[in-house]
Amino acid sequence: MQLQYKSQAVAKPYFIAAIALFVGQILFGLILGLQYVVGDFLFPAIPFNVARMVHTNLLIVWLLFGFMGAAYYLVPEETETELHSPLLAHLLFWVFLVAGALTIVGYLAVPYASLAQMTGNEVLETMGREFLEQPLPTKLGIVVVALAFLYNIGMTILKGRKTALSIILLAGLVGLAVLFLFAFYNPSNLVKDKYFWWWVVHLWVEGVWELIMAAILGFVLLKVTGVDREVIEKWLYVIITLALITGIIGTGHHYYWIGTPGYWQWWGSIFSALEPLPFFAMTVFCFNMVNRRRRQHPNKAATLWALGTGVMAFLGAGVWGFLHTLAPVNYYTHGTQITAAHGHLAFYGAYVMVVLTIISYAMPMLRGREVNPERAQVLEMWSFWLMTVSMVFVTLFLTAAGLLQVWLQRIIPNPQSFMAVQDQLAMFYWMRWLTGMVFMIGLVVYLYSFFAKDKPQTAEAGEAQPAAT
Amino acid sequence: MSAFLTKSMARNIFYGGTLFSVLLFLALTFHTTWKLPGRIPTATPAPEVARGKSLWETRNCIGCHTLLGEGAYFAPELGNVYKRRGPDFIKAWIKAQPTKVPGRRQMPQFNFSDQQLDDIVAFLKWTSEINTENWPPNIEG
Repeated sequence: MQLQYKSQAVAKPYFIAAIALFVGQILFGLILGLQYVVGDFLFPAIPFNVARMVHTNLLIVWLLFGFMGAAYYLVPEETETELHSPLLAHLLFWVFLVAGALTIVGYLAVPYASLAQMTGNEVLETMGREFLEQPLPTKLGIVVVALAFLYNIGMTILKGRKTALSIILLAGLVGLAVLFLFAFYNPSNLVKDKYFWWWVVHLWVEGVWELIMAAILGFVLLKVTGVDREVIEKWLYVIITLALITGIIGTGHHYYWIGTPGYWQWWGSIFSALEPLPFFAMTVFCFNMVNRRRRQHPNKAATLWALGTGVMAFLGAGVWGFLHTLAPVNYYTHGTQITAAHGHLAFYGAYVMVVLTIISYAMPMLRGREVNPERAQVLEMWSFWLMTVSMVFVTLFLTAAGLLQVWLQRIIPNPQSFMAVQDQLAMFYWMRWLTGMVFMIGLVVYLYSFFAKDKPQTAEAGEAQPAAT
Repeated sequence: MSAFLTKSMARNIFYGGTLFSVLLFLALTFHTTWKLPGRIPTATPAPEVARGKSLWETRNCIGCHTLLGEGAYFAPELGNVYKRRGPDFIKAWIKAQPTKVPGRRQMPQFNFSDQQLDDIVAFLKWTSEINTENWPPNIEG
């Protein structure tokens, strides 16, 4: 089995790095989950804030590795031409990996204030804001890698066939890079700082990332179902139209209580109430395409991941987002475990799963086979169910904790203090931690599936058995 | 989605709809920025407030606490802590960390100077005076 274009092979290290960092992310998630109930666990070696930075930053970095790998894999096939520069892609891989690793080591090895001092934060103060904690050199590195990556992908699309799918992917990637520039804007006016901070955070995950996600899903569905490209690309346009029309003004659901004018409660509520629509369209799209498939693709695991993405993105981003997006509800739920619940299921259901979808589809071919052996696929599907179901339960336990938190801290006549309330949520936090452990087991099964081979005797036994009469 | 919607129609709706949304968002952003000075304590934060914000950031306070509901959910909301506890309590609390009570959540010791403690308090005071549309629902945050 050969790749259609040999430069697609550069995607392989990107996917491997993504999976490795994914493992790190989950390990730190387990540390955090335990710190919620055993407050001094690993203190002062790894305080909660440090573990959380590692957990969230690893997530972002491994998803970016996944997106870049996906682009390197699918753009040559879409444009029907080799990648502009495989060498540049290899080089950027190492730059990004080393920069990412150094940043994580920096978080863990030195106090954050010293890291800020060592890396010239006073030159341009950008650190210490949620998700944008990276030191200045890392942030600049991200910009350089993003620009060179876009150049490489852009040149490839320019010289080759221009499909709607690859244009949508490129638009999403350009948006990702451009919006990241707001990470460098940090005025001393806290309200302005927060206002434009969301231009990175919200407009990434509820804006341009949805374009990337739609393109990746569209590509995999195109391949595994054999449905007409015209149909798939028309769907993609509908999905991304809904995504941006609802998502851009939907940013307003973050502008209710941070000092911005009250009218944002209307803009934010109305538009973000519509934000489930693009995700619902994705669900319908996935099932519709699989139902209309013209071929039975032998990679059943990839088809399962694609369908799973459609369902879980709608549940996590759509339903759990809607749950607390209306201003009168959000007044009580803002900044509680409800937010954490939504964050977990939305990131897993949308972005983790779409990256695992493209890895499931592409990795066998990058490893020189059309599909994985049957047993490997069965294990991969087991890991799908273990991880997905456990993440649903993580979300349910956090939602329960959040509801109780809102009740005790914000609704009853004599509201209780934050820590008094936290003590009463311990049972839910323990349950969340245990289901987190199940997620980890699912992840181990996932890793193992890459090395699983069919048992030779099973194959022989199958052949030896004559057809049933 | 059958014949009534062609791919090129869908594409044009995408470009038109996105452009419209971006322009509307920019207009609202412009208006918000214009209205902002009336909603914050001082249009330009004083130097000690700015220094306090830098301290807030370089100690990664947001990694455990929320500030106006944004951040991590491991430790109390601090957007209104100035009103909840007052300046002296805040300083004493920061100086007393970590509590080292077994099994309890711990906050690191930052070894702030008196000047730095004043700056942090100035930042938290400024933040507590932002017009947040009456959020949080009560003083507990």
